[in-house]
Amino acid sequence: MTGKKHEVLFGIDTFGDLPVDDNKNLLTYAQAIRQVVDEAVLAEKVGIDAIALGEHHRPEYAISAPDTVLAGIATKTSKITLATGVTVLSSDDPVRVFERFSTIDALSNGRAQVILGRGSFTESFPLFGYDLQDYEVLFEEKVQLFAELLKEKPVTWEGTTRAALDKADVFPKTESGHIETMIGVGGSPQSVIRAAHYNFPLMLAIIGGSPDRFVPYIDLYRQATKEFGTKTHPIGMHSPGFIADTDEEAIRLAWPPYKKSHDRIGKTRGWAPITRDQFMYEIVNGSLYIGSPETVAKKMARSIKLLGVGRFDLVYGQGPLAASARLKFIELYGTKVIPRVRELLAEDER
Amino acid sequence: MKTIGILGVGKVGVVIAQLLLKAGYKVLLAGSGSPDKIALTVKVLTPGAVAVTKQEAVKQADIVILALPLGKYQTIPKDELAGKLVIDAMNYWWEVDGDQPDLKDLTTSTSETIQKFLPESHVVKAFSHIGYHELHDETRPAGAPGRKAIAIAGNNEADLDTIAGLVNDVGFDPVIIGPLAFGIRLEPGSDVFGAHVEAAALQSMVDHFPQTELGKKVLSARK
Repeated sequence: MTGKKHEVLFGIDTFGDLPVDDNKNLLTYAQAIRQVVDEAVLAEKVGIDAIALGEHHRPEYAISAPDTVLAGIATKTSKITLATGVTVLSSDDPVRVFERFSTIDALSNGRAQVILGRGSFTESFPLFGYDLQDYEVLFEEKVQLFAELLKEKPVTWEGTTRAALDKADVFPKTESGHIETMIGVGGSPQSVIRAAHYNFPLMLAIIGGSPDRFVPYIDLYRQATKEFGTKTHPIGMHSPGFIADTDEEAIRLAWPPYKKSHDRIGKTRGWAPITRDQFMYEIVNGSLYIGSPETVAKKMARSIKLLGVGRFDLVYGQGPLAASARLKFIELYGTKVIPRVRELLAEDER
Repeated sequence: MKTIGILGVGKVGVVIAQLLLKAGYKVLLAGSGSPDKIALTVKVLTPGAVAVTKQEAVKQADIVILALPLGKYQTIPKDELAGKLVIDAMNYWWEVDGDQPDLKDLTTSTSETIQKFLPESHVVKAFSHIGYHELHDETRPAGAPGRKAIAIAGNNEADLDTIAGLVNDVGFDPVIIGPLAFGIRLEPGSDVFGAHVEAAALQSMVDHFPQTELGKKVLSARK
């Protein structure tokens, strides 16, 4: 570690899973979206730096158009960073993505942030008429075009995945002249190198196994930026978690909806149902940050130090969790966990 | 010292390379393009391994590991692989591979499809069912309590023994489950897929396959 003060930003991230009410009735999609807006407002109030919303096109998630939800949040908040996690660029149009985010940037006074990714789900491909055979080239070309659009000058571009652009000027322009953009990476080395190549900061999705595995990936990003002569930006990480007053309470509340969500996805991908042992293993040794504020803070501080990241986003609300428990999670994260992590990081720097 | 060539420098290929290097093997890595495209990845993530072309990896290696997306199997340098011992670590992953009827066919395991594509090679299925997180995190020395197991399927006893030795070397108990056709017992949808368990538990999952939903479908398709 360098001797510098370790400034870390803390975010939350959700896919807009359909929560349940206190009588275990599933909320409607519309209620689930309004719930996320309320959560964002609360997150800002308790001092959380960023909220990131995922993009999915599946029955268990309410958010398919995260930027529209972010626009809603923008007008009800004033400080919190408004991010996606991730925008599935491969099956989107980079020009439209730019237009939508520069609009959010206007509504929020410069708080828009795009996190581009390929996503681990691919249901958007058939939905929008893209061929999975073009998985690699779609992302590569569109990242390149998006990097051009971010300069906010007329763009001339030609590729195989969308119509060519000839000095196309795209609006609205932002006030700062730049939309903050990161690339979300799940651990494919080529994606890490791509982020470095296009001068984008990296957001690592560490959703299973020990975070220690990613230490060399951070080194890879740093060395790649050196090789390309691009900036070595602070790196972010995101991992799933849940917080309640005690470890027992957190595990008791998180396990059934987590299992439901995991097994539902697993069924389509061919994983066997998750066992309680595997769940506990991930909490103790892996990448689930579940427990009391103290437990989660300690685990987060360890990962932040280990990987030297400048941002940590906790992915919350997996499966049909109670809406009230989600709000409580945000409150504990903002009022207890974040200050405690900062304390633990500062202790270490003394 | 044996030389292992790995085709595919994604999440799985990288972890397997790391384990083999730790166990003292010489490792050659090849991606879909030229070696300089993966040079930095290899240097940083798998120090000690050498980035080469697919052809070079195959030519120099005693054993070749296939760790590319299964949907791209037709890009494997088939002629160069003649006579080689080949580990198939791939799975049909429709989220990325797309809809591929030949890979969904229940009358044949995907490893048999690979064997058919590589008629002159000795194909063994291994390293396919355990997730790359656990593959990285769960290595243990031989005889250590709680050591996890990796299933192996293949048609030739000598080949199976060689790969069992390699699995043992990198930190897992090898469990030989039967011929390549049994590879389907390890594929997505089986109880074994994603399992990181000890040898006895792995064996009983494999044995239980005919009673499972997928097992019944496979049996009726093969009647």
